[in-house]
Amino acid sequence: MSEVKGGIERVLSRLPKGDASVLVHAMQDVQTEFNYLPADAVKAVAEHLGVPFSKAYAVATFYKAFSLTPRGKTILKCCTGTTCHIRGSSVVIEDLRKGLGVGPGETTPDMAYTVEAVNCVGACALAPVVIAGDRYMANLKPGEVMKRLKEG
Amino acid sequence: MRIDTPNTLETIRTRLKKLDAGVKRRVLVCSGPGCAASGGFKVHEALVKEMRDKGLEAEVELAPCLERKDPLLVAITGCQGLCQSGPLVHILPDDILYTGVKPAHAADIVEKTLKGGEVIEKLLVKDPKSGERGKGRADIPFYKGQKYIALEGCGRILAESLDAYLAVGGFSALAEALTRTPDAVITEVEKSGLRGRGGGGYGTGRKWRSCVKAPGDERFVICNGDEGDPGAFMDCCIMEGDPYRVLEGMIICAHAVGARQGYIYVRNEYPRAVKRLTLAIEACRAAGLLGERILGSGLTFDIRISRGGGAFVCGESTALMRSIEGNVGEPRAKYIHSVERGLYNKPTVLNNVETFACVPSIITRGAAWFTGIGTPKSPGTKAFCLVGKIRNTGLIEVPMGTPLREVIFGIGGGMLDDRPFKAVQTGGPSGGCLPDSQLDLPVDFDALTRAGSMMGSGGMIIMDDRTCMVDVARYFLAFLLEESCGKCVPCREGLRQLHAMIENICQGKGKAGDLERIERLARNIKVGSLCGLGKSAPNPVLSTIKNFREEYEAHIRDKRCPAGVCRAITTFRIDAEACTGCMLCVKACPPGAVTGERKQPHVIDEAICTRCGACRMVCKYDAVKTV
Repeated sequence: MSEVKGGIERVLSRLPKGDASVLVHAMQDVQTEFNYLPADAVKAVAEHLGVPFSKAYAVATFYKAFSLTPRGKTILKCCTGTTCHIRGSSVVIEDLRKGLGVGPGETTPDMAYTVEAVNCVGACALAPVVIAGDRYMANLKPGEVMKRLKEG
Repeated sequence: MRIDTPNTLETIRTRLKKLDAGVKRRVLVCSGPGCAASGGFKVHEALVKEMRDKGLEAEVELAPCLERKDPLLVAITGCQGLCQSGPLVHILPDDILYTGVKPAHAADIVEKTLKGGEVIEKLLVKDPKSGERGKGRADIPFYKGQKYIALEGCGRILAESLDAYLAVGGFSALAEALTRTPDAVITEVEKSGLRGRGGGGYGTGRKWRSCVKAPGDERFVICNGDEGDPGAFMDCCIMEGDPYRVLEGMIICAHAVGARQGYIYVRNEYPRAVKRLTLAIEACRAAGLLGERILGSGLTFDIRISRGGGAFVCGESTALMRSIEGNVGEPRAKYIHSVERGLYNKPTVLNNVETFACVPSIITRGAAWFTGIGTPKSPGTKAFCLVGKIRNTGLIEVPMGTPLREVIFGIGGGMLDDRPFKAVQTGGPSGGCLPDSQLDLPVDFDALTRAGSMMGSGGMIIMDDRTCMVDVARYFLAFLLEESCGKCVPCREGLRQLHAMIENICQGKGKAGDLERIERLARNIKVGSLCGLGKSAPNPVLSTIKNFREEYEAHIRDKRCPAGVCRAITTFRIDAEACTGCMLCVKACPPGAVTGERKQPHVIDEAICTRCGACRMVCKYDAVKTV
């Protein structure tokens, strides 16, 4: 709990008090700090910026980048842009489901991986692509993604 | 050093130009989205180290070159275009373009090319058609027929350096604009006929003029960098590769409309664009190109970056403004124009990244130069991302009016694996799919709209015979369903229903009369929705029904997916004659449905097969057929 508290203080110290316009920004900072949005942090940010908690909650649930539940250590962003789609991203997601036991939006029980289906990441030349943390796994052939993931 | 008058600007530029001209050789390493993902930065690191180890005077910035006798500039640049063959390294003035460069190649490049003047044949790009290798941009078909305005600096200059931008004439357009009245600047932009590159194609000059006419004493300039269309990354490349050009366009706009504050709204998925724009804004502030009394004029203007939260609808202008204000990004009805009441209800100009990037050249070279390029109603050029089942995936810029055929089969090098062309999708989720009968269509705003698609921001997705058009329609609907903000009923509920009907067809449960019902609902969504997202959402469905009706009918009547994509109505079979028994499909099959011995024809067990098509994707002998 104190860890969360310290993190919240760090985030709030960088935010102008009472400025509602930085709400989205503030949530991004919270997410960077914790990898998700803890309820206490959302409440603290709302109070600090002087916006109702309901509005902060609306923002937290409207934007896709935000997660209200803890996410895994490594986020696997499976691009589902049009190019990746027609070059077989659905097979890649199936491979991950088979290998990790979880699908898009889910986290492995050991908190190692969260699988996310994301919109086009602009790496269409490398389609289909999965971004593991900040590592790009490109031109994924069927049956290949788990092996590439383990290569590190 | 502060650049506080036009004279200082010219003095500094003269010095930088001389410095730039003194660079003996430049090694440009691409860090565009594709090359960065495939290791461009590591290549850069390895080249710098190798050069310094071998006693070459390698510098990564322009300024230190001053102290060198024979300086070599090893520059990180924005996207160089040929993403398919990255990481790219372009060596000038020799014009040698190395492709697929790995850090391990650094030693060879330094030893053979930079010291020995020799071209390394195996790193040159191979023309997919002729098999010949092209040495540099001048010999490679991909670069022929292109014309760069918005992408002029992208891939050619140091991406993060104000010095580099100044050396190629940066901010001379701003200095020029500041000598003219705001009205004269707007007139120049009006005369150029520049239309919004974000997709709508609204006259830029006209928009600026309306903003000036709107009552109020505070105005805003917003740059829309929330490029959400799948398959489009032009704006990302411009923001990453030539950020100062975008800022210059915005400052000129601020002078024209009288704004003091600007915003760049950048998509959440583009962290490098955020980083480079942040650096560029800080450098401009430090130099006095942003802030108070810019270049000694009366203009005071600053720019802030606003990061998106991963919502496609925020690319819509009014939703974007709500998002900058710190709200949920829901659009509002357009009867109140945002040029009159936009951000914080003040008059606001919102233009796309590429639009702003065109402005500096229009000011320096004049409206007449710009209208001399492109078509009468769509002057200038357009940047596109050529992606999908095409040989040369990449970033291109062509004059408006260039025929689709030239773009796809000339610059794009034709279809991947020589499969037949089926359709080209433009305009993202708001656009449509055009068949081969439309290949001679000149690409401009009006021609594409007439053909039932639209320009959109510039994604161009090429599809072959293994792409199912019903599935494409379903894909875009699923995308839009997910991204609809839910504020208005026609979009929220209409798309859900439309998606369910198309899904039914993909499942082989379509009935006669479905297409008519779909078309009727689609028309209602178009008319009834609040914002551009909903109004254009049915386009992918309508255009595929219009151009590929027989494919829909095959799904509905014959319960068959000709492309072999819709799983419920597809059965794969291995042609025993064509199969060589190479085991590739056996290894690739996720559920293990393919069995067989080496050099014996393989067999698919239908009971286990999930119809994912993995076997067909990996087969080199076209032996996997649909029944």
